[in-house]
Amino acid sequence: MPLNVEIVSPDRTWWSGEAVSVGAPAADGDLGILTGHQPVLAVLRPGVVRVRPTSGEPVTMDVDGGFISVDQDSVTIVVDPTTGEDRTSGEN
Amino acid sequence: MAGQQRVYKQKIRSTQTLKKMFRAMELIAASRIGKARDRAVKASPYTRAITRAVSAVASHTDIDHVLTKDRTDTNRVAILVVTADRGQAGAYSATVLREAEQLRHQLIEDGKEPVLYVTGRRGVSFYTFRGIELEQTWLGDSDNPKVEVAEEIGQTLLDAFRAPADSGGVSELHVVYTRFRSMVSQEPQVLRMLPLEVVEGVAEPTTEVLPLYEFEPSAEAVLDALLPRYIRSRIFNSLLQAAASELSARQRAMHTATENAQDIITNYTRLANQARQAEITQEISEIVSGADALAAS
Repeated sequence: MPLNVEIVSPDRTWWSGEAVSVGAPAADGDLGILTGHQPVLAVLRPGVVRVRPTSGEPVTMDVDGGFISVDQDSVTIVVDPTTGEDRTSGEN
Repeated sequence: MAGQQRVYKQKIRSTQTLKKMFRAMELIAASRIGKARDRAVKASPYTRAITRAVSAVASHTDIDHVLTKDRTDTNRVAILVVTADRGQAGAYSATVLREAEQLRHQLIEDGKEPVLYVTGRRGVSFYTFRGIELEQTWLGDSDNPKVEVAEEIGQTLLDAFRAPADSGGVSELHVVYTRFRSMVSQEPQVLRMLPLEVVEGVAEPTTEVLPLYEFEPSAEAVLDALLPRYIRSRIFNSLLQAAASELSARQRAMHTATENAQDIITNYTRLANQARQAEITQEISEIVSGADALAAS
């Protein structure tokens, strides 16, 4: 079963879909998430979020901060608002 | 008599121009409501994620945070009043301001010292006209609030709440805005946002049990990151709701104005017709009496 990933900021959803794995820069060190990960709520430090979708190119996104919540294979990454430019790269 | 007719015609023409303007403003407001609601919908995943996370933390640890504690060292309280930048929206701004004034007087009666933060030109001019001091104001984009502005407002207010008493700290934060219930019903709302009552965050009626989360680096750190974001997202949410309310109030007001203009046009057309007929009648009676006079001589 793939992960259900949602990357959201106050004014929009940056990316959402199914993924094989997610990497996020948690405050104490990078966090890698695969299916069946235990529930976690972590604060993010500035860095790069990497999402490997079930199909298509990997997605990377620069974040300034925020937090990530993992719960029964649904991953929500909440990022802080920055300027309107598109910061995600890779296929949507 | 001919003068009378001309006056009516003039009034009809000017009312028609006004009607066109009201109609245009109504359509503009209507088209913007869709966008405003869209933005509110786009913001909801974020709000949901934050609320869920806050209740997750709250259900696992005893929340003991600066933002949830009552402050007793100062009697200054902040009020954020969300009003419109422009008029032509019926009683929209007046309603919010009335509510805000009520709250302000209530707080003064309770021995507090209200400090006002206002968004929207109407609110600012209302208070400056009455010589009431404003701590900080934000103008522009009241019908299209930007997330950056919301963040700035949120940060300012959070800073004020965390500031020590002698450098302008406040012990409470109230927000007065207009809640968008539906296209036909918006109501002014007073919220006490700070200190936070976490009960509100947990109120989410879910039957599913929240899993046992692991917090990284610690529950306190997560809470520290979450609560300010929670406040800012709620402020952004109230701005979005106020924007949608403003637009639908404007649409309604302009719709009524268009209808009133049409009524006036109908009335004046009747009067103009009457004046024309009266003139014709008078002319006929003049001709007839003239002919009679000639025949008699």
